[in-house]
Amino acid sequence: MPGPNDFGMVWHLGWNHNMREKQKGSRAAGLPNDDIGPDIRLELYRLQVEIRDCEKRANDLFFQNLIKGTSHLSLGQEGIAAGVAVAMQPGDKSFCTYRGHAHTLARGVPMEKVLGELMLRDNGLMRGKGGSMHLTSVEHGVMGSYAIIGAHLPIACGSAWRAQYLGQTDVSVCFFGDGTTNIGAFHEALNFAAIWKLPVVFICENNLYMEYTPIADVTAVEHPAADRASAYGLERIVIDGNDADIVYRTAQAAFAKARKGDGPSLIECMTYRHSGHSRADPAKYRPEGELEKWLERDPIKIYRERLKEFGISDAQVAAIDAESKRKVDAATEVCKASPPAPVELLTTDVYADGGWSWRN
Amino acid sequence: MAELTYRDAVARGIAQEMERDNNVVFLGEDVAKAGGVFKSTVGLYEKFGPLRVRDTPISEQAILGAAMGAAMTGLRPIAEIMFADFAAVCFDYIANEFPKLRYMTNGQLGCPLVVRTGNGGGARFGAQHSQSIENWTMMIPGLKVVAPSSPIDVIGLMAAAVRDDNPVIFHEHKSLYAVKGEVPDGEILDTLGTARILRPGKDATILALALMVPRALAAAETLAAEHGIDCEVIDVRSLVPLDTNTILNSVARTGHLFTVEENPRLCGWGAEIASIVADEAFWDLDGPIVRITTPHIPLPAADHLEDLALPNAPRIVDKIARVMNGSVR
Ligand SMILES: Cc1ncc(C[n+]2csc(CCOP(=O)(O)OP(=O)(O)O)c2C)c(N)n1
Ligand SMILES: [Mg+2]
Repeated sequence: MPGPNDFGMVWHLGWNHNMREKQKGSRAAGLPNDDIGPDIRLELYRLQVEIRDCEKRANDLFFQNLIKGTSHLSLGQEGIAAGVAVAMQPGDKSFCTYRGHAHTLARGVPMEKVLGELMLRDNGLMRGKGGSMHLTSVEHGVMGSYAIIGAHLPIACGSAWRAQYLGQTDVSVCFFGDGTTNIGAFHEALNFAAIWKLPVVFICENNLYMEYTPIADVTAVEHPAADRASAYGLERIVIDGNDADIVYRTAQAAFAKARKGDGPSLIECMTYRHSGHSRADPAKYRPEGELEKWLERDPIKIYRERLKEFGISDAQVAAIDAESKRKVDAATEVCKASPPAPVELLTTDVYADGGWSWRN
Repeated sequence: MAELTYRDAVARGIAQEMERDNNVVFLGEDVAKAGGVFKSTVGLYEKFGPLRVRDTPISEQAILGAAMGAAMTGLRPIAEIMFADFAAVCFDYIANEFPKLRYMTNGQLGCPLVVRTGNGGGARFGAQHSQSIENWTMMIPGLKVVAPSSPIDVIGLMAAAVRDDNPVIFHEHKSLYAVKGEVPDGEILDTLGTARILRPGKDATILALALMVPRALAAAETLAAEHGIDCEVIDVRSLVPLDTNTILNSVARTGHLFTVEENPRLCGWGAEIASIVADEAFWDLDGPIVRITTPHIPLPAADHLEDLALPNAPRIVDKIARVMNGSVR
């Protein structure tokens, strides 16, 4: 397993667009040192493609009025979900946000369970009781998706505290956006995690925008997460979130550190969402050409090139692509055929006795 | 049997549960080495050590968030929010996170934790350190809400709260910490959702909570001695679950209902009970349901003003005597 210094170029250093080019150059001569290996590479690719296809389907279903309420897509941000999830071990815990479909899928939750919840059907993860913003699958380690900005950072600390207290080796991983770094809970959680040396890894997906406002307009520092790290005694880590390899390696090192008892990490992943903030946002506030520039750096495009560099055949790639489309279609059919939840669910699970009674 | 203060009962209740179950952990500001700003957790750190009794930074959101994350993954945390007023700083957890978790996840996750907090007035602390916030928590589906009035209830209800699989907000009353009471030796375990008749009576029912309980009891003695009115005094103890059976049965016997509430008037717990009684026991009533509350004002610091604001025995006596004598309210 590589240590931080083996990829020092992404560790500590500022992130920039040339990074991938540099990396490419270093591999020009036949790529002997594949620290990741073909199996993991294919897994990273498969996850990104499946998340992409599932998110696109969610978008389509939304416009067919089959997904109600809201939904926040991770189109363009798949490299982070895949890179982190592949570095996780069974038993590790994910704490996600409303933009959490990708992270839920990445832990192995079946598409039909996710799409079913988005469609508020009985076959959904929570049978429609939670909705798109609260995807939870405890059996897969997905310990909830939280829709109050920042709330789940302290919660992830608590899960990590439990692991530390009971001597368990799992790591708690908390995903959030750039905008989240400006709420108090972010700062409370980082300090708390640092002083208690908790096995928690904070992953900031910096997609350059909070909802509609550029993060730079409302933040005192250039890198909203990483530039705050030193205030909590943590390393400054900014990486290219659109390169799943880099995400994977960085996450692995952070998890190893957490498992060793050396405390938390805060990783800022630079990325960009291809669609609007939520379902109906046309994202008119973006400067002209910005999306196009980032589409050039589409994580899946980058990864297809990467697979080619490492000699993985077009046929293997095509097979993954086809299987992903088949899975999404099959999942969609299951969801469309699923009824809504029975009305009895309205009043279940308010209290631990399974019911809602507040009086005798 | 020993005489114990309400303050020492808190520590004893927590210790009893920590001894019983290694998964019970306790965190808060100044709670460990210093023994709590109200000295209600003295000795726990020494007894259970730094891994189970933890001082935190001044981070109310981190305290409650960490308690929740630990609770939903297997521990049974007790978290202290020093003054109940500070619940406003971390209300997201109380209103949005703890009580919705089980429902939103369709029962996949639960949140078995206790938040203890120093509630209530009478200590001349002014408007931001004196509030009775039990109604802030009562209104949220998914929470349980407790407010003990005596040392023995502190221990028994604390034990019940820790063992309950739901999030429980445990309101300790700051002005009761010095109050003493008899407490038996050995384990004490009470039941959430049970009110207690502290003084049986036949003419009128008085409901009270926490600091208002001793005041209602004192008022009942005066009403009996000086006005010939025999009041039944019920310590509500638990707002959620609410023991409506005990309340409705009492009203059926007495025909009169009074509530004595420390909270400011609007949406106090008594309003909810008044509505239940009006709905379900209207024909048992022989007079109006009357709520005796703090006026709808912030609490002042000055002693004479604060004393004027909070319901006290003379005010309770005066109000009940006038209503029972059929005079205008
Ligand atoms: C406490 C709180 N304030 C505001 C909102 C409304 N809101 C929802 S998402 C969002 C933007 C969050 O931005 P960021 O953290 O960058 O995440 P992203 O959506 O870009 O993934 C806001 C302001 C909220 N859900 N919670
Ligand atoms: Mg953002």
